[in-house]
Amino acid sequence: MNDQINIKIKNILEKNQVCLFMKGTPEVPQCGFSLAVSNVLKHLGVKFNGINVLEDLDVREGIKKFSDWPTIPQLYVKGEFIGGCDIVKEMFEKKELQAKFAEKNIPYNN
Amino acid sequence: MTIKLEEIKSLIKEAMPDAEISIKDLAGDDNHYSATIKSKVFSGKSKIDQHKLVYKALKGKMGNELHALAINTEEIK
Repeated sequence: MNDQINIKIKNILEKNQVCLFMKGTPEVPQCGFSLAVSNVLKHLGVKFNGINVLEDLDVREGIKKFSDWPTIPQLYVKGEFIGGCDIVKEMFEKKELQAKFAEKNIPYNN
Repeated sequence: MTIKLEEIKSLIKEAMPDAEISIKDLAGDDNHYSATIKSKVFSGKSKIDQHKLVYKALKGKMGNELHALAINTEEIK
């Protein structure tokens, strides 16, 4: 992968404890899957940073290579790739997402 | 760009011959699908790795010809 993009992505992940690479913004998601993950995080009251990949084609392609995951959205907690929409929703339903936030010391509303 | 339901099924079947696959065309547009896949190959793997196996079976079509595929994987023990 292009080193500069890789460094850019690593910087984003270091600066944001909870980071959602998404299409659109948390306020105005541009895709149903990004909307769904954004809503789960909002529901849990988790403070997160939405990175709009539609504004940066390099990041859009770079993040897919970074995680070896072909789709957006992608949720990261303290640098760890958690999953895309299906996994995040399933983890939320099974309370595994909440457990992950607890494990990583990320504040959330139960 | 679209892809037929049968093509998705046969790609997965090719990679995981034991798989029980159920696919729904969510919008009737050959572009938004939901799949439940049960297979022994998922056994002992994380959800991320299970979904990666499905993406690999789709040979790069995910995110290209195939815009939306909701995936639910289950282990067969």
